Amino acid sequence: FPLALAHVRKTVSPSGYRGLRAFDSLSLARSEGIPGRRSMPQFNFSDEDLDALAEFLKYTSEIDTAGWPPNIQG
Amino acid sequence: MQYQYQSVAKLYFIAAIGLFVGQILFGLIIGLQYVVGDFLFPEIPFNVARMVHTNLLIVWLLFGFMGAAYFLVPEEAERELHSPLLAKLMFWVFLIAGALTIVGYLLVPYAGLAQMTGNELLPTMGREFLEQPTITKIGIVIVALAFLYNIGMTILKGRKTAISLVLLIGLLGLALLFLFAFYNPDNLVKDKFYWWWVVHLWVEGVWELILGSILAFVLIKTTGVDREVIEKWLYVIIAMTLITGIIGTGHHYYWIGTPEYWQWWGSIFSAMEPIPFFMMTVFAFNMVNRRRRNHPNKAALLWALGTAVMAFLGAGVWGFLHTLAPVNYYTHGSQITAAHGHMAFSGAYVMIVLAIISYAMPLMRGRKAAGSNRSQIVEMWSFWLMTVSMVFITLFLTAAGVLQTYLQRYSDEPLPFMVVQDKIEIFYWLRELAGVVFLIGLILYIVSFFVGNSDPEAGAGVEESA
Repeated sequence: FPLALAHVRKTVSPSGYRGLRAFDSLSLARSEGIPGRRSMPQFNFSDEDLDALAEFLKYTSEIDTAGWPPNIQG
Repeated sequence: MQYQYQSVAKLYFIAAIGLFVGQILFGLIIGLQYVVGDFLFPEIPFNVARMVHTNLLIVWLLFGFMGAAYFLVPEEAERELHSPLLAKLMFWVFLIAGALTIVGYLLVPYAGLAQMTGNELLPTMGREFLEQPTITKIGIVIVALAFLYNIGMTILKGRKTAISLVLLIGLLGLALLFLFAFYNPDNLVKDKFYWWWVVHLWVEGVWELILGSILAFVLIKTTGVDREVIEKWLYVIIAMTLITGIIGTGHHYYWIGTPEYWQWWGSIFSAMEPIPFFMMTVFAFNMVNRRRRNHPNKAALLWALGTAVMAFLGAGVWGFLHTLAPVNYYTHGSQITAAHGHMAFSGAYVMIVLAIISYAMPLMRGRKAAGSNRSQIVEMWSFWLMTVSMVFITLFLTAAGVLQTYLQRYSDEPLPFMVVQDKIEIFYWLRELAGVVFLIGLILYIVSFFVGNSDPEAGAGVEESA
């Protein structure tokens, strides 16, 4: 199933976290998921939601968890 | 039934079983979603079905505990329940609030549910097991306060026994610790630290007091052993629970950003948490061996003994398997956790509620002591089906967890999460099969209430022992 991406742009969140953002209403919508695979709901995040999420994940990643997880696979 | 209004317990027990069925149906849904990833997607995505499964579990067990209290406290206190009307009112409040919450999870996107219930005024949503809207949580507090008042007044004005006092302390602790569900710090480490003050101090703390007191009650009634003997055991068991379980909270503080001394405190104290469960097992079998009567309710006795054994295996043994920090480092958050969680919750709390229902229901339905032979046989079949299938669920998830831990965490060439999930798929299918057998057992359990009702009661066993 093609992920119909209208366009992809580079983005930088407020704290400087760099990533990619896809802008398209069809991508990752229900019928575009891979059949039989575990599927994530479409939360329709706004730009602000996505920035906040990226900031939160960056904050989480910087917490000292005594060396856990054991490796990059998590 | 010695006191007329012990009968309010019947309402609570019926609701408990109904919600239990809902819990298992949703358990089968998410079990299937593990292997057929888009089953019911997007109408009931995994995260929603999981919330329904876990929240139903907790709510039906709470109905069960309340029913147990409404049944056994009047008998222990040797007086009628303080306010049957309040008990019936709170029953409907709790049931309707609970049903609306579950319907909310299913019909409304979670962010929308948060918005429409005013979560931003006092944000408490979004955490595992505590997904309820703030207004639902406030409703739970109100129901709990009314319940504690009702039970407390009954005990206050009546005979105080170790059983009723331990039960009351357990229930009071349950209610007070639930208040931490309202404490939701921005700091993620503190968030998780205090979250366990609800979850761990419930299931590895005050809920064990509830479990112990209900078990003691059922054993006194079915074995006729001296109250003093049973009460002494109960005090020792709950003392060990609190001594090991309070600092044992530290076994949840290994990898969440807290200081590393928790790896020592948590490992040492939680390693001892199986002790009260071991004692409960020895206690239960000891009481049955020393029994002074052969009670006609064989099913209730089976549930009571089964509870002690499965609680020890699920909570004690399986808990121990992954409680030491050096082991937990590799198994944290794996299917080992799921294996332990299912057998522990089932063995300790599901089974004690089923045990008290088994003991009390015949009495509340007009029997002198027990159901008919036919109904007990069906009920005992349901016991074995549910118990054995739960053992298999646990074994399959343990196998899945061991393989997962090795491949994703321990191996020199660790594999990605989804690659590993594919490799353990067989165990998920087997688990689901075992889950279907569990549901069959549960259906049989319900059937047992509808068969043999016009048959005579089962008689007592052969002669009474000296």
